[in-house]
Amino acid sequence: MSAPSAAGPAAGANGRPFDEHATRSYYGRPVIKEPVWTPEIPWYFFTGGLAGASAGLAQLAELRGCRELAKRAWASAAVAALASPALLISDLGRPARFINMLRMVKLTSPMSVGSWVLAASGASTSLAAAEALLPAPGPLARLRPLGRVAKPVSALLGLPLSTYTGALIAQTAVPAWHEARRELPVLFAAGAAASAGAAAIVLTPPAEARSARRLALLGAASELAAVRLIEQRLGEAAEPYHRGRAGQYSRAARALTAAGAVAVVARAGRSWPAAAAGGALILAGAVCERFSVFRAGFESARDPQQTIAPQRRRIAAGGGHGASRGATRTAPPGA
Amino acid sequence: MKLEVSSWPGSYDGEARPRVGFFTDTSLCIGCKACEVACKEWNRIPESPKGFSGHSYDNTLDLGADTWRHVAFVEQRKEVGLHANGGELVQTAALDQLIEQAGLGTYQDGEGLRWLMASDVCKHCTNAACLEVCPTGALFRTEFGTVVVQEDVCNGCGYCVPACPFGVLDKREEDGRVWKCTLCYDRLKDDKEPACAQACPTNSIQFGELDELRGRAGARLQALTDAGADRAQLYLDGSGDGIGGAGAFFLLLDDPEVYGLPPDPVDATRDLTSSWGSAAAAAAGLAAALAAAVFGGRR
Repeated sequence: MSAPSAAGPAAGANGRPFDEHATRSYYGRPVIKEPVWTPEIPWYFFTGGLAGASAGLAQLAELRGCRELAKRAWASAAVAALASPALLISDLGRPARFINMLRMVKLTSPMSVGSWVLAASGASTSLAAAEALLPAPGPLARLRPLGRVAKPVSALLGLPLSTYTGALIAQTAVPAWHEARRELPVLFAAGAAASAGAAAIVLTPPAEARSARRLALLGAASELAAVRLIEQRLGEAAEPYHRGRAGQYSRAARALTAAGAVAVVARAGRSWPAAAAGGALILAGAVCERFSVFRAGFESARDPQQTIAPQRRRIAAGGGHGASRGATRTAPPGA
Repeated sequence: MKLEVSSWPGSYDGEARPRVGFFTDTSLCIGCKACEVACKEWNRIPESPKGFSGHSYDNTLDLGADTWRHVAFVEQRKEVGLHANGGELVQTAALDQLIEQAGLGTYQDGEGLRWLMASDVCKHCTNAACLEVCPTGALFRTEFGTVVVQEDVCNGCGYCVPACPFGVLDKREEDGRVWKCTLCYDRLKDDKEPACAQACPTNSIQFGELDELRGRAGARLQALTDAGADRAQLYLDGSGDGIGGAGAFFLLLDDPEVYGLPPDPVDATRDLTSSWGSAAAAAAGLAAALAAAVFGGRR
C-alpha cells in the first residue's frame, strides 16, 4: 500500500478512494498519437505569417506614402505567399490530391478555412505585387485595375492568414497546444508582425524603413511577451515547451529575437549592414519560435502523463465529463 | 460553448439506419487476438511487425494505420474479492459462487496475479474530432452512425492524427493516407457483423444496435460489481461524456488509463469558439499593430 498523496485521495469510478492515478499508464506508452507533420509545417507557419503581415504593412505604407517600403513589402508578401502552398502541398501524404482541400468549406476545421484564406490570399497578393512592382506600361497593363482591387483584399486576408494556424494546432488533443488555444494565435500574430517588419528592414534603405523598424520591434516584444504568457497560464501543460528540442528552439528564439531587437534599436536607422543583421536575427528568431511550438506538440503527445494527469485531476475536482461509471453492490454475499 | 456539428442522422433522411457499435466486455477477453487477426484478414491490412515488446503478451502495442483492433495485456498483483474479503465462511462461499457465475475467477492465478485483457478499437465518437477537423470531407459519418475514412478522398494532411483524443488514427507511411477502423462498413451494408465480433470466441466483443448493447452492459456491470470486482466500470457508455457518447464502449475492470485509454477524453472541437475567438482577436491586434507602426511616428 502506498501512502495517500498530499492532494488527498482521488475518487475512483465507484467513489472509492485510491491514489495511484498520477503514475498509472499502459507501460508508459502515449495515449494520443504524435502529429505526422514534417518540418515544412513550421516553415509554413513562418511564411504564412510573413506573407500576411507583409501585405498589411505594404498596403498601409502605400496609404502613408512610403512607396519604397510598400514595394519591398509587397515583394516579400508575394514570395512568402507563393512559397506557402508549396510547403503545405509537399507535407501532404498524397500531394497530387492537394485540390481536395477546396472540396468543401468547413468551419469546424481551421485547416479547411485556412486553405481557402491561403488560396484567396495567394491570388490577391500575387496580383497586388504585380501591380506594385511591374513597370507601368508593361504587358500586364490590363491587369492593373484588378491589382488595385487586390491590394486591400490581400491586406485584409493577411490578418487571418497570420493567426489561423494558431487555432489549427490548438484544435487537437495535444495538451501543450490545446491548452494554449487562447495564446497561440497571439504568439503567431506577434511573430508575423516581427517577421514582416524584419524582412522590410533588410530590404529597404534605412531612411525609408522607420515604419518597418517600429513594426519589427513591436512584434518582437509581443512575441517574447506571448511566450511568457503561455508559460504562466499553462503551468504543467507548458512543460513540453522547455524540454528537448522544443526547449532548445525556444531558447534560441528568445536570444535571436532579443539580439535582433537590440541591433535594430541601436544602429538600424543609420547603417544598412546593422539593419540587415538585426532584421535577419529577428527573422531567425521567428522561425525558431515556430519550431519550438511545433516540437512542443510532439513532446506533449508522447508523454502519457500530459494527457492522463490533467484529466484525472479534472475528474477528482468534479469537473470530469463522466466517461466512466461504476455500480454499487446490491447484494452483499451471505447477507 | 458547444458548437453542434453532428450531421447524423438528419442528413440521411429515410436512409438512416439504427446506430450500431461494439460493447467490448473486457471481463470476458482471454487475450487470443482472434479479433486482431480477423480484422487484418478481412480489411486486407498490411502486416505491422513491431518486434518483441516485453510488455506481457502485447506485441501489437497500439492502434494505428495498420492496427484497427489491439488487445492490451495488463498483469497486476491484486487480490480479487475472495481473498481480500476475509469474512465468514458462508460469505466467502456465496462470493465464490458469484465469482464463478461472473467468470471472474479465470483472472486470478495461485500467485495472486490478476490478468487484465482488453481489445481496443476506434470509438466511433458521436462528436468525432477527426471528422470535424478533416478539411477534405474524407472522414464522414455513415448511415449507421459510424465514422469512416474515404480512401479515395483522403489527401494525407494528417490533421485527424493529433485531433483524436484516443490516438486511433495514423498515417500509413508507404501509402500517405490515414487509415482506421471502418466498423466493417462493407459488412454492415450486407447485414453482416464486423469481422472482429464474429471471430471473438468468448463474446467479449459484442456487436449490435447501441441502445440494446447499453442495456446489456448495465446488467453485466452490476453482476461483476456484486461479485467483488470493485473497480469494474463502464467506459463511454453514456451520451453526456466529452465526446457525446461513443459507438464503441467498454466494460473495464480497472481505470481506463491502466489500459492506455484517456480517463476523461474530450472532443477538441468543444473549444472551437474560444480558438476562433482568439484567432480573430489576434488578427485585430495585428491590424492595430500594423496601423500603429505605420502611422504612429515619423514617416
